[in-house]
Amino acid sequence: MKPDLSAQSVGLVTPQVAHFDTPFQLSNGATLDQHQLIFETYGELNASGTNAVLICHALSGSHHAAGIHDATEQRPGWWDLAIGPGKPIDTNRLFVVCSNNLGGCDGSTGPNTPMPGTSTPWGSQFPQPQVRDWVRSQKLLAEYLGISRWAAVVGGSLGGMQALQWAIDFPDWVEHCVALASAPGLTAQNIAFNEIARHAILSDPDFRGGNYLAQDALPVRGVALARMVGHLTYMSADGMSDRFGRELREESFSPDGDQERVFQVESYLRHQGARFSTRFDANTYVLMTRALDLFDLSEGYTNLTTALSRAEANFLLLSFSSDWRFAPQRSIEIRDALMAAGKAVTCANIQTDNGHDGFLLPHQTYERLLAEWMQRVGRS
Amino acid sequence: MINRLDLKTVLDWVPEGCSVLDLGCGDGAFLQRLCNDRHVIGVGVEIDADNLISAVQKGLDVIQEDINDGLNCFPNHRFDVVMLTHALQELTHPHIALARMVQIGKQAIVSFPNFGHWFCRMHLGFTGRMPMSRAMPRNWYDTPNIHFCTVRDFEALCLELEIDIIERATIAGSGQHLLAKIWPNLFATSAVYRICRSGQ
Repeated sequence: MKPDLSAQSVGLVTPQVAHFDTPFQLSNGATLDQHQLIFETYGELNASGTNAVLICHALSGSHHAAGIHDATEQRPGWWDLAIGPGKPIDTNRLFVVCSNNLGGCDGSTGPNTPMPGTSTPWGSQFPQPQVRDWVRSQKLLAEYLGISRWAAVVGGSLGGMQALQWAIDFPDWVEHCVALASAPGLTAQNIAFNEIARHAILSDPDFRGGNYLAQDALPVRGVALARMVGHLTYMSADGMSDRFGRELREESFSPDGDQERVFQVESYLRHQGARFSTRFDANTYVLMTRALDLFDLSEGYTNLTTALSRAEANFLLLSFSSDWRFAPQRSIEIRDALMAAGKAVTCANIQTDNGHDGFLLPHQTYERLLAEWMQRVGRS
Repeated sequence: MINRLDLKTVLDWVPEGCSVLDLGCGDGAFLQRLCNDRHVIGVGVEIDADNLISAVQKGLDVIQEDINDGLNCFPNHRFDVVMLTHALQELTHPHIALARMVQIGKQAIVSFPNFGHWFCRMHLGFTGRMPMSRAMPRNWYDTPNIHFCTVRDFEALCLELEIDIIERATIAGSGQHLLAKIWPNLFATSAVYRICRSGQ
């Protein structure tokens, strides 16, 4: 894939870093005396500050949501599909902010950054953040940027959960809330998949109890396996059949038949695993999956409806028909609670073979619907 | 501009500023009209994705659901008015939908084509085949209209479901004719009802 430098790209972007020197307490009681968030912005904040949109990333996402960092970058940001001039989240009129979550591995304070006053990475010592901690830390970032209210908070999967948490925790901050392929909490099956992923990482001898960076090791096998399992659950069976079928890799085909035969799907998963294992921090993967497991939108309330009753936002919920990781039924649970709470909500199920990854992939109906709904954002 | 006569009646009947659920809202044109003219707070239900996008484009909130099995997502008394215009005959279980509509809404407004109209009777009587007309152009085997009823059928069902009829308007061809008012089951091409649960 060539970088998109067309008129619809935000083009070259430079990440920025915000430092916070006041202690930040996490839900589990731990305190970070100081921390930093890395973020990117696209478009211009208007004078009245009414056009700011926050993008929340998913499990393996980062602050790099759109555009490219330099002319040699092969892939644009993870949601370049949706963010840019004339795109559904239109940077011609919206000011878009995306930050790397606390505990992430792309430049925000996390397991791969040094502990204060040392040169040793946090490693396994980094405290477990939860979704509502990320929301609070993003509120600090908003204030740092001079934003007092989000025209919209938008996210898919884990990012969608975060957007919903925003709407509940800071109702007067969120005018519109978009949750794509999301859920009010994980199912037992979801938690089980996360546990398999964590087990793969924790049982890699190179994990070294989480202190691999200090010991100059890297648990690439564990992380690759975790990613292979995860990636598999983001695709649908039909989508995989269409894309890979039973095709073999060309070079693996031998008339003698004694050479190893490699199916395209195997090769694909190996490639995804290998690429991810050097890009993504193992401790971050463990923290992020745990944050997912712990997430419960109704926590602290009698039920989901009372939780969502607090919100003042207008909601858009989109699910993807072949998504079995965060199935359409999960979005319906949120929808019904919002409906019972008397909130304004638009909800649709996109017909696609793209599975859970549907919110990241091109799809005409999805993109049109998102674009049309986003037209109401930032108009007040 | 409203071409369908039943919708003109609905527009007259919907109170100013109320909350409205439009079942099968299509492209949202009529719901948008209600929002503009009657200042209602409208929610649409629509199954077709293209229609849904058109309705969202108009600034409406729309739930993508099948009316046949999707009405349980709305809590009781959630809306002042629940509308179902010219779609009753397309439902798998019209009686279940009707019963649910008067629970979700304090009132419901329903319109449907009257199969007891003299033209239908003549057509069936003389040709011995299922009626087809400009308003009902499809053959019996591929029509979405699977549950036709007459004015008398509908009123009997209301009685059975303990639904009160608050108001009835009848439409004949291009307007509200006197004959349709006197003998609706024979002369009304379609009928519009305002209903609620008994004892409301």
